[in-house]
Amino acid sequence: MSTAPAGAAVCADTARATGGGGVTLRLAYYPGCSLHSTGWEFDASTRAVCAALGIELREVPGWTCCGSSSAHTRPGPLARALGLRNLVLAEGTGQEVLVPCAACYNVLKGADAAWRAGEEEAQEAARLVEEGLGRPYRGEVAVRHVLEVLGQPGVLEALRARLKSPWRVPVVPYYGCLLSRPSSQLGCDRPEQPVLMDRVLEAIGAEVRPWSYKTDCCGASLTISHAPVVEVLVNELIKQARRAGAVALVTACPMCHANLDSRQSVTPPMPVLYVTEAVGIALGLPEARRWLGAHLVDARGLLGPPGEMVP
Amino acid sequence: MTLAEEIRERSGQDINSCYQCHKCSGGCPVTFVCDLPLSGLVRALQLGLRDVALASRLVWLCSGCRACFERCPNGIDGARVLDALKAMAKEADRVEDPQVAAFHDAFLGMVRRFGRAYELGMMAEYKLRTGTLTQDVPLGMKMMARRKLRLLPSLAPRRGDLGRLFREGVRYRKRQAGGDLA
Repeated sequence: MSTAPAGAAVCADTARATGGGGVTLRLAYYPGCSLHSTGWEFDASTRAVCAALGIELREVPGWTCCGSSSAHTRPGPLARALGLRNLVLAEGTGQEVLVPCAACYNVLKGADAAWRAGEEEAQEAARLVEEGLGRPYRGEVAVRHVLEVLGQPGVLEALRARLKSPWRVPVVPYYGCLLSRPSSQLGCDRPEQPVLMDRVLEAIGAEVRPWSYKTDCCGASLTISHAPVVEVLVNELIKQARRAGAVALVTACPMCHANLDSRQSVTPPMPVLYVTEAVGIALGLPEARRWLGAHLVDARGLLGPPGEMVP
Repeated sequence: MTLAEEIRERSGQDINSCYQCHKCSGGCPVTFVCDLPLSGLVRALQLGLRDVALASRLVWLCSGCRACFERCPNGIDGARVLDALKAMAKEADRVEDPQVAAFHDAFLGMVRRFGRAYELGMMAEYKLRTGTLTQDVPLGMKMMARRKLRLLPSLAPRRGDLGRLFREGVRYRKRQAGGDLA
């Protein structure tokens, strides 16, 4: 039995409808390492928004790092094995697993796709993981990014119904690399022009500005070894966001957020929000002030009612 | 074995199918800091220029964004080719960018030990290896003040099986090179 419906992906045009109108979703939850540290506000806002929308999360017990931007540099089955190990654990927790981090999402979806395609390293990885955990990967868990969950018609409907105040802020949605590429493994039908975050932001009343940099790279882990390169890439993104008329960038990746928030050197600086933070503000969740307090570029000007918001 | 064949064995990518359309280089975010763009590096591989390829900055500066793979008309995953070259450079003791290599080593070292990334430990190890002790210290302080860097690692429970996953790579590569994997 496979619960993965074709076409459900961050950059797929058609999201899946939930049955019955109301939101009654129970999902396994894989936070990943960043959401326990540099991106803790992404974790907190994801949990809070899901709770407010009636989506129940169960954290995958014993989850380990997905290997992220480093494991693939090692020869052999390591990268696939780190992904599959967590999928096996997720399988024991639920039929769908929510993965807010774009890097983890990319790794887990990629491992599943490689295993399904019969890739040599993935088969070897599956064998090793089965020996280690004592149970095999069955391919019965669907990996969902938080945008896929929020972007489902039923969830969007619930979101609109529970809006406290429309978040009327001109923003640009920034998807980065890992939510859409490679489209062949992630199941995207429009990797160059994803729209799912646009839909979520429109649903909360934001003014979504068109721009051509949705899926350009922020420099990822080069931020440690080659910070000046990341600075160039990030400053260009901020410059283009401003040119598009945005007062803030919205992202769904902790690596993009960290890079944009910490490596920009433009004046005035531009706040960068997680999409779940924006949704939380629009739902009137009081914890939002605490989340935004964790940012390096002060974003608290975007908390208040629209009339009082600092442009 | 030609260089192209070795790349194919290690990465599964057929670089001889490249006909130099340069779409990969056009979309690559780090071409501006590289001596050779990806299409040029692939050409060097086709010509068997091992030294040129291993010395290329792109091998280490690739951010893994996969724009090259997404747009390649022949389905070549450039990032995997570059990962293969990283491994070849390590084996030949010709790592041209020790900073990037130190980052990956430090990152994976923490994962192997604790089951999860541990940013503070990773940064400490990275700084000791690369001698960049003062770099980004003010940023680190700001992040700690915002609880973005944990003092202690977050330990994954029941992670005893992880070590084997890490050890297996070397054996896998030996079997691959020995022709045991068809």
